[in-house]
Amino acid sequence: MMHDLRLKIKLYIKENLYKDAAFYTPYIWLVVFLALPLLIIFKISFTQATIALPPLTDILESTNDGIFQFTISLKNYITIFTDKFYLDAFASSIALALISTFITLCLGYMMAYGIYKADEKHQYIFLLLVMLPFWTSFLVRVYAWMNMLSGSGILNQILLSLNLIASPLHMLDNAYAVCLGIVYCYLPFMVLPIYTSLDKIDESYSEAAFDLGATPIRTFWNIVIPLSKPGIYTGCILVFMPAIGEFVIPELLGGPETLTIGRALWWEFFNNRDWPLACALGFTIVLTLVIPVMIFQRKQKID
Amino acid sequence: MAPRIIHRSKQLEPWQDSTIAPYIEIDELGKSFGPVQVVKDVSLSIYKGEFFSLLGGSGCGKTTLLRMLAGFEQPTHGHIYIDGIDVTNVPAYKRPVNMMFQSYALFPHMTVYQNIAFGLQQDNFSKIQIYERVMDALRLVRMEHFVDRKPHQMSGGQRQRVALARSLAKRPKLLLLDEPLAALDKNLREQTQFELVNIQERLGVTFIMVTHDQEEAMTMSTRMAIMDEGTIRQIGAPHDIYEYPQSRYVAEFIGSMNIIEGVVSEQTDDYVEIDSPELEGIKLRVTDSPILPIGTLVAVAIRPEKVKISLKEPKNKDTNCVKGIIKEIAYLGDMSVYYVEVPSGDIMQAALPNLLRLAERDVKWDDEVYLTWGAENSIILSS
Repeated sequence: MMHDLRLKIKLYIKENLYKDAAFYTPYIWLVVFLALPLLIIFKISFTQATIALPPLTDILESTNDGIFQFTISLKNYITIFTDKFYLDAFASSIALALISTFITLCLGYMMAYGIYKADEKHQYIFLLLVMLPFWTSFLVRVYAWMNMLSGSGILNQILLSLNLIASPLHMLDNAYAVCLGIVYCYLPFMVLPIYTSLDKIDESYSEAAFDLGATPIRTFWNIVIPLSKPGIYTGCILVFMPAIGEFVIPELLGGPETLTIGRALWWEFFNNRDWPLACALGFTIVLTLVIPVMIFQRKQKID
Repeated sequence: MAPRIIHRSKQLEPWQDSTIAPYIEIDELGKSFGPVQVVKDVSLSIYKGEFFSLLGGSGCGKTTLLRMLAGFEQPTHGHIYIDGIDVTNVPAYKRPVNMMFQSYALFPHMTVYQNIAFGLQQDNFSKIQIYERVMDALRLVRMEHFVDRKPHQMSGGQRQRVALARSLAKRPKLLLLDEPLAALDKNLREQTQFELVNIQERLGVTFIMVTHDQEEAMTMSTRMAIMDEGTIRQIGAPHDIYEYPQSRYVAEFIGSMNIIEGVVSEQTDDYVEIDSPELEGIKLRVTDSPILPIGTLVAVAIRPEKVKISLKEPKNKDTNCVKGIIKEIAYLGDMSVYYVEVPSGDIMQAALPNLLRLAERDVKWDDEVYLTWGAENSIILSS
């Protein structure tokens, strides 16, 4: 009997383990690095800040006489949804992300279309150029923009030397600079999916549209853009999601009045040491992002 | 196998009538892709109401020629006239020409109705006019119940019909068809051939079809052009091309053909006599022949179905006769093709209808037989 069992286990390992491991690895990854941290954040968001290590109260407390106390605090969520500060942060983050995504979409579509229409020989060079910024760190690139936009930066120097302006322009530390930074950093994430879906469109659709009397512009609007929708959706999601919770770009390029939810979270966590409120904010961001993804998925199913 | 030809209700032969001006004129049209000349100085006249086929193997330039007519390719030189107007430099979306694509190219994000309406919307028709025209086009192909379907919800045959309806909805002067039936299975293809011809006859629209399927071209066209390496080898009605190929290429391309080489030895008012050294000096007579000087090297071509097989030597000296041994019998159902080895060592084919069942026939493998054909049934190919 023992021998049989051992054989069976050996056989299982030989036949199924690797296959099963390959199948379950992504799930294990998601559970360990996504679901568990989210659960921890979720739990902390129902506690309250206190002076302790870690700086929060426990949900389950035992008193000396064997009584367990289960405390759930909704205070953090109430604060978030009633305090104007957080509501403003959410509103401005969403607005900033929407505007940046729209600008990225317009620019990205033009670039993707240009690459798609270019000679096949040159397409790979252009695609490589689109991805080239990834070779340097994200942070370094944002710092580079800081440098360029600052009062003594290269842009102001050029404008001054051309006598176009009398004194340096104040280009840094405002919402425009943040928008510029987001558009710049996330442009490749828009260009690549749109290019991919343009590349998949059969040439004969455009030819059929021409053949039926549609001008190139009409063909573009009525045939090419609708057929590249999957790329547009993917690109918008890939830009909108990180843009909404963006911290580094608003911190470096935005002024103190450029309020975003990412910055609010940072302040709560590191400056106020209010972990529960920061966690509640974080969880709210996650929920906010789930909505566009769900809309996207439904839209894809319909198409 | 002899092709079937759809007999048209009216015999249209405008190319015979010198008073009728051609509707589409292709003048010395050429197209090169880099150093490769795909279409070489093709000139062609097509008349109103014709069903014209461009037939040839892959890479013969037929599709490029069609795409130049549609306006998708710019010719390197030459001109295209439609109804007397030079359209060589007119962009595709301004030409009075529509095309039915091999892949159908139905817009996947639009319904059948939207697909057909798309072309009409470009011409600023009113909504009611568009509706009427779309429904007319759909009725023509009997697809009026499919207005709300999307392309992926239909079968290949249904998509083919919608594609045809879409290309006809604008009532073009010229309809181009790029392998319109290639994606259909055999039974549906034969049925659709008749329907296409019917629709074409009813509407009177000029059709130009590209195909690699000779049976399809023969069945449907009023005239066809055999293309090879960017040039047209022969233009003519299907029966003309089949019965009177002008070159060895065309003779061997269309159907099967027995070819015997020989030298002209005698020329009379009635016939030409050809001496074939290969066939132990047998003399062949051909009635239908241009005047050729004695000594000219020629090829005599005979269709397999025109060759008879007999076990006894025929007495009639007017017919041509070659002795041979049956090497192979290919049973095709409706007919059998006999492969007969003649004295030269070449194989000649004879196609006979299977009037009797296989077991009851008297001609068998390795039989010594006589192949005969009338002098009027063979032709002379000069090259």
